[in-house]
Amino acid sequence: MKKLLLALATTTAVLGFAAAASAQEKAKICFVYVGSKTDGGWTQAHDIGRQQLEKELGDKIETQFLENVPEGPDAERAIERMARSGCGLIFTTSFGFMDATIKIAQKFPDVKFEHATGYKTLPNVATYNSRFYEGRYIQGQIAAKMSEKGVAGYIASFPIPEVVMGINSFVIGARSVNPDFKIKVIWANTWFDPGKEADAAKALIDQGVDILTQHTDTTAPMQVAAERGIKAFGQASDMIAAGPNTQLTAIVDTWGAYYVKRTKAFLDGKWESTSSWDGLKDGILTMAPYTNMPDDVKAMAEATEAKIKSGELKPFTGPLNKQDGSPWLKEGETADDATLLGMNFYVEGVDDKLPQ
Amino acid sequence: MGIIEAILLSVITAATPLVLAAAGELVAERSGVLNLGVEGMMIMGAVSAFAATQITGSPYVGILAGVAAGLLFALFFGFLTLTLVANQVATGLALTLLGLGVSGMLGESFLGMQGIKLQPIAIPLLSEVPFLGPLLFRQDAIFYLSIAIVAGIHWFLFRSRAGLKLRAVGDSHASAHALGVDVIRIRYLAVLFGGACAGLAGAQLSLVYTPQWVENMSAGRGWIALALVVFASWRPWRVVAGGYLFGAVSISQLHAQAFGIGIPSQFLSSLPYVATIVVLILISHNRRMTLINTPASLGKPFVPER
Amino acid sequence: MRIELEKRAKVSTLFSVLSPFIAFALTIVFGGIMFALLGKSPVTALYSFFVEPLIEVWSLHELAIKAAPLILIGVGLSVCFRSNNWNIGAEGQFIMGAIAGSILPVVFYDWQSPLVLPLMMLFGMIGGALFAAIPAFLKAHMNTNEILTSLMLVYVAQLFLDWLVRGPWRNPQGMNFPETRTFGPDAILPEMLASGRTHWGFAFAIIAAVLVWFMMRYTLRGFEITVLGQSERAGRFAGFSSRKMIWFSMLFSGALAGLAGIAEVSGAIQQLRPVISPGYGFTAIIVAFLGRLNPLGIVAAGLVLALTYLGGEAAQLSIGVSDKVTRVFQGLLLFFVLSCDTLIHYRIRLVWERFAVAKTDEAH
Repeated sequence: MKKLLLALATTTAVLGFAAAASAQEKAKICFVYVGSKTDGGWTQAHDIGRQQLEKELGDKIETQFLENVPEGPDAERAIERMARSGCGLIFTTSFGFMDATIKIAQKFPDVKFEHATGYKTLPNVATYNSRFYEGRYIQGQIAAKMSEKGVAGYIASFPIPEVVMGINSFVIGARSVNPDFKIKVIWANTWFDPGKEADAAKALIDQGVDILTQHTDTTAPMQVAAERGIKAFGQASDMIAAGPNTQLTAIVDTWGAYYVKRTKAFLDGKWESTSSWDGLKDGILTMAPYTNMPDDVKAMAEATEAKIKSGELKPFTGPLNKQDGSPWLKEGETADDATLLGMNFYVEGVDDKLPQ
Repeated sequence: MGIIEAILLSVITAATPLVLAAAGELVAERSGVLNLGVEGMMIMGAVSAFAATQITGSPYVGILAGVAAGLLFALFFGFLTLTLVANQVATGLALTLLGLGVSGMLGESFLGMQGIKLQPIAIPLLSEVPFLGPLLFRQDAIFYLSIAIVAGIHWFLFRSRAGLKLRAVGDSHASAHALGVDVIRIRYLAVLFGGACAGLAGAQLSLVYTPQWVENMSAGRGWIALALVVFASWRPWRVVAGGYLFGAVSISQLHAQAFGIGIPSQFLSSLPYVATIVVLILISHNRRMTLINTPASLGKPFVPER
Repeated sequence: MRIELEKRAKVSTLFSVLSPFIAFALTIVFGGIMFALLGKSPVTALYSFFVEPLIEVWSLHELAIKAAPLILIGVGLSVCFRSNNWNIGAEGQFIMGAIAGSILPVVFYDWQSPLVLPLMMLFGMIGGALFAAIPAFLKAHMNTNEILTSLMLVYVAQLFLDWLVRGPWRNPQGMNFPETRTFGPDAILPEMLASGRTHWGFAFAIIAAVLVWFMMRYTLRGFEITVLGQSERAGRFAGFSSRKMIWFSMLFSGALAGLAGIAEVSGAIQQLRPVISPGYGFTAIIVAFLGRLNPLGIVAAGLVLALTYLGGEAAQLSIGVSDKVTRVFQGLLLFFVLSCDTLIHYRIRLVWERFAVAKTDEAH
């Protein structure tokens, strides 16, 4: 038995080395996921990006990933395992991986790291993020046009700056069309619980909202909206299948473009640590087709999208007041990125209180 | 539709899977078997029901598949804990682990598919009664089943000979055995019934609550169901009370948020758990009553002497 | 055919040693078949699972880090379970211990002193014990079942931590992200060896296991736990109070879970975040029973379970199976270990009886 095991072990070791040798020409690009790669939301969007990367650069690289990696020491271990197994460039795709990424990056100065949605960088750690809020602004405008009651429901996950930013951008967009527009917010305190998301959707509709938007991951709210006959927006991916007559548009995360760009730079030896925060114009997020709305609303949405892409329109442009009515941005003044990335206050028009 | 009615409808949908899974577990526990694998059986029920519905187009076939999956997992649990007398607590937890893994594998090809919703059945005449009609008599088959099952369990446990035997097995397997009762056989049946109910609860999740399949969609409801059995002090109708209390507080806190009352959402979200504890304290002050209803052999293995 | 068990007159020492190995062999066979069916090389898969994590030094350290909280919580739970108290809320006590222990480095972050670390550990234990005191009080004095209360309190603890790190304890320099300050150097549990990341939490786990083993085996308290666990009546005749035992066992397991919480936060995470445990408190229940409620067995069980997590990751990378497959494999291993333990107390016989079938038919 013991001999057999030993023999097996040696064979595999030899096989393993052989595999490593043949793979040497191909660079290994690795991904650490916080969720399951088929979660239908955040992680799946990253995995689609990975697949696009493989498709476009598959002759030069191979990719590997670890899914459902809990934040904390497990993340550190997962990232270290990748760094040790010969990954040249590692994408860590959750905010909670920030400190783990930094710790391991200090240990492996020759490996390059890219951390999504964080703010700490090192010479071998870059950060990247997407200006999701640009899409939220367009959604807000559409909502204001489409809503008869002037109230939208917003199913939020957790009060982090990114989600708060989205709520604000949505309200600013909506108020640019209808200055009296209001939203109701429910914090589901989960990214991922179809039942709870559906319950939240029902509660909002029962309280009189006639348009729904979500910052949680499953299509459950879209299904409820379809059943109740109101319109809704999709999140993270195109959810049109869940509501063919319901979805107005969706913010689609398209990380693939960024992954290809950065991997190319890595292969060419031109990789540098950057903090990139791309938007609609860079194709890191795209809007799903504008459907289920009259032509004039569609035209408005498309015009706004074009203006955002050209840089003519920035959602967070004054005059804007904070929730309590105190002035925040003066006429024509735009918010800087640092404020946005750390946003923890509401703008005027949000009917909710942020936990402080 | 008035807001109260709307809220109650949401509560019924949210509470039904809890009631079903808890009712099944109650029977298993009354026979003396503690199966902590409810979550695993439930998620298996959800994925099987969804898959079968997609393949055949009929949610009723889906329901059967959900029940079958729950049964299969329960059979496995029974084999380990009853035939091989493995530890019940650990085996149940491992069953949950296995269920989450297997359901994820099976469900991979069904992700993102559009679900087929189990349609409600209006009961003639009764469904026309104002307020109560739309609430209770225009529901889906699984809801009707959940009430029928609880009523059936109540009758069975307290009014039938077989039920008496089952309770005897749960209270003292040694005495029951001495009286010629086949302890293992009764426990197998009870565990299987529990599995079937958990599978049915899972089917409700993927066919009624949110007609779709996503990994891990039971999101801890199996655990709540386990707690509800204790809450009910092993009495069937109290399972319904507990399930609906939990559902009602969960839904109300969402409404409170949408209403904008300005209390941190984390505190509101913890209300269902706190409320359940508080009510249990209030109803369990009578030590004798609790002791009478607690199956004395719960969790203890039995091997017949030969 | 049916399976019959026959109780052994004496616990089989042979099988208590042998059964884990039989279980392991069965897992290898069935796991191998599963991987083959999935079209993956069983040899590579099994190598990744059981060998790869053990042949590198850094990986051994990771094993210790992963096993430490499981062992520490599991040891505490074993005392609870042996005395027939069903604390299944260790996850909540873990979290509350971590919170209480973090008061010093988060709120009084200016205070630098060698006293900080021991005080943090002490606070952690108190925090965990106090949170376990709620179900203990409710069971001992209000007659409320601890399974429900301890489980429900887990969710309360999780939400409380969530609120803390997003609200009052949020790092003022952290761009409003939900995490507390990073702990100062005096508040970080140091690494034990120069060769890797293992911190003193692992030592706590081993020490706790040895102490509890000693207590169970050689002290009156250990005897009391066992007697009361087997029969409350017998315990009463011996003059033991089951009410006091509820308090003792719940507080004890709560304190160890709390210590595990603060050790994990201080040694491995070094700040509080919305989620600090991937379910250690629940996994530790499996560990406790896998170790047959014996503290030394729990050490082994904790290490084995940690190995399957590490091995699962290695297998994901080496053969590209999904995380789900590794969970199923883990389940398989657990089932085999649990069912092979039957051999310690029982002889298993396969019975081929024709007439038995006939007899049941007649009965119908």
